[in-house]
Amino acid sequence: MADLLKVSDLETQFRTREGVVHAVNGVSFDLKEGETLGIVGESGCGKSVTVMSVLRLIPTPPGKIVAGEAIFRGKDLLKMSDEEIRHIRGAQISMVFQDPMTSFNPVLTIGRQVAEPLEIHQGMNRRQAYDRVTEMLDLVGIPKSRDRLNDYPHQFSGGMRQRVMIAMSLVCNPSILIADEPTTALDVTIQAQIIELIKELRDKLGMAIIWITHDLGVIAGLADRVLVMYGGYFIETAPVKSLYATPTHPYTLGLINSLPRVDSDVQCRLESIDGLPPILMEKPNNCPFAPRCTYVKERCYQENPMLMETSEDHFTACWVDTLTGKERA
Amino acid sequence: MKEQNPEVLLRVENLVKHFPIKQGIILMKTIGAVHAVDDVSFNIHKGETLGLVGESGCGKSTTGRTILQLYRPTSGHVYYNDQDLVAMKGEELRKMRRKMQMIFQDPYASLNPRMTVGEIIGEPLMIHKLANRRQMEERVEHLLELVGLSGKFSNRFPHEFSGGQRQRIGVARALALNPDLIICDEPISALDVSIQAQVVNLLEDLQKEFELTYLFIAHDLSMVRHISDRVAVMYLGIIVELASRYDLYHDPLHPYTQALLSAVPIPDPLVEEKRKRVVLVGDVPTPVNPPSGCRFRTRCPIAEEICKELKPEWREVKPDHFVACHLIKEII
Repeated sequence: MADLLKVSDLETQFRTREGVVHAVNGVSFDLKEGETLGIVGESGCGKSVTVMSVLRLIPTPPGKIVAGEAIFRGKDLLKMSDEEIRHIRGAQISMVFQDPMTSFNPVLTIGRQVAEPLEIHQGMNRRQAYDRVTEMLDLVGIPKSRDRLNDYPHQFSGGMRQRVMIAMSLVCNPSILIADEPTTALDVTIQAQIIELIKELRDKLGMAIIWITHDLGVIAGLADRVLVMYGGYFIETAPVKSLYATPTHPYTLGLINSLPRVDSDVQCRLESIDGLPPILMEKPNNCPFAPRCTYVKERCYQENPMLMETSEDHFTACWVDTLTGKERA
Repeated sequence: MKEQNPEVLLRVENLVKHFPIKQGIILMKTIGAVHAVDDVSFNIHKGETLGLVGESGCGKSTTGRTILQLYRPTSGHVYYNDQDLVAMKGEELRKMRRKMQMIFQDPYASLNPRMTVGEIIGEPLMIHKLANRRQMEERVEHLLELVGLSGKFSNRFPHEFSGGQRQRIGVARALALNPDLIICDEPISALDVSIQAQVVNLLEDLQKEFELTYLFIAHDLSMVRHISDRVAVMYLGIIVELASRYDLYHDPLHPYTQALLSAVPIPDPLVEEKRKRVVLVGDVPTPVNPPSGCRFRTRCPIAEEICKELKPEWREVKPDHFVACHLIKEII
């Protein structure tokens, strides 16, 4: 299938009082029509900054996209005028944020807020827009949707608010939905509801999804392909089954082994990853994971490995073959 | 024999905590109550870890705090080594508190930013007048090393530490008085995945070394399975099921426990593909006005007429496996 979005060598930095923070250090990925991509990483690894850069939602200053391109339907999102990208945001590429409590405007009704993209992008009047909004709210499972158009965000529970958020992001039929930790603030039973809902909508509407999360569990049942991020780099990318069956990068291995599972009774000690994630005050010349890595070799401190294909369609940025513990040729 | 008749360290009997809802400016009238914890009973055995799980707002933290008498219960009793904490006050209670400590959820909010790490960890010793300045410094250094930090950190301030390190400081503070029981209130949920394992391993090591008893409050069912000996599941102010870890995860009886377990994502695409989820409809009802009869009935996939009318009894359906549900017999 054709590439819908092709991001290459994206680099984003933030100027702070303490110096330049290298948040994203040259990442590349493709998103195909209808594909679900999972980006996994811990807080501060650059996963949100990556997608925010693609949508040009980075506050500038202090942030700056230093290099790279993001080709969406033949056009570079990073070189567009502000006017052009505004026509894409919310219409063709839309976003669901983590916290349904703070991402709505508390003084506008839900109807107004969900209708806004329709009025802006499709020139609908209020009446037409409200009809479409009602349809959308029905689709995401808000009961008595027509009566709730005039309610305010605080009148909805967390799970319901996240449903409204999803309705708002899908109201213009986007071809890409970016979901930035959409279930992190929710309880497990509500999380299950939202994940089922997104799967259902994906089958119905066929949009591509980029799902950002720190939870390897959520992404396992959802994504086609997973990108693991660490220190502003993608350190492993693979189809979902291949990633979980044969994780190759020491960090991915560590992450998967540090998770206790609800379906197994292995009562050994949890494997933990010692140390702390890096603070990216300078662009590293070595592997960013080297100080915490148990497989570390001389070379890891001298050269930063780039992604290399270690098996079919499975890419890893590591000098060491974790199966044998030896350096790769 | 100890296995069969474990020594009970803490016995909670019919614990109730309601928070009044007030209205008015000067003459405040009580217009209702949040039924945060409603008639909860359980034991904690010496040296075990009891996991207490449930969704946010189900009353698990309130239970923990009410046990320590940080909130005074509306009614009910908490027996620590057969002494009723609810009947105690003042100096007597303060002395008992030495034996029971708490680790809080948010390592950013639970450490005073204006105190040095040494003052934070040493404060319990000062309050209970157990050490002079020099002894305190030695003890703080020892505690810091115990939780995997450098003993030289005692003059630093909390902001100089990462989340995981701060939680270690919280653990050190809890250990300062050599307690028997530590209530861990979601100690890892604010931490990153790779750091969570570090803190859980630390808690397990300390338990072995000092024969600690834990009440481990969490919403992460996978971590609770890893750390607990027995697990209690809470829903809207009541405990719906309590069993050994093995029984609870292999043979969950209460429909809420079943739904909760099936909602947890498993980090394995092959398992996820085949899994059938019990997705609960709707949200947790408000604890201000909880449903009549069984509190879970509004979301329960198998609820019947009786669930509306009668509050289910807390029954031992198998040895050491307690459930509050009318329909359990039919399920077995």
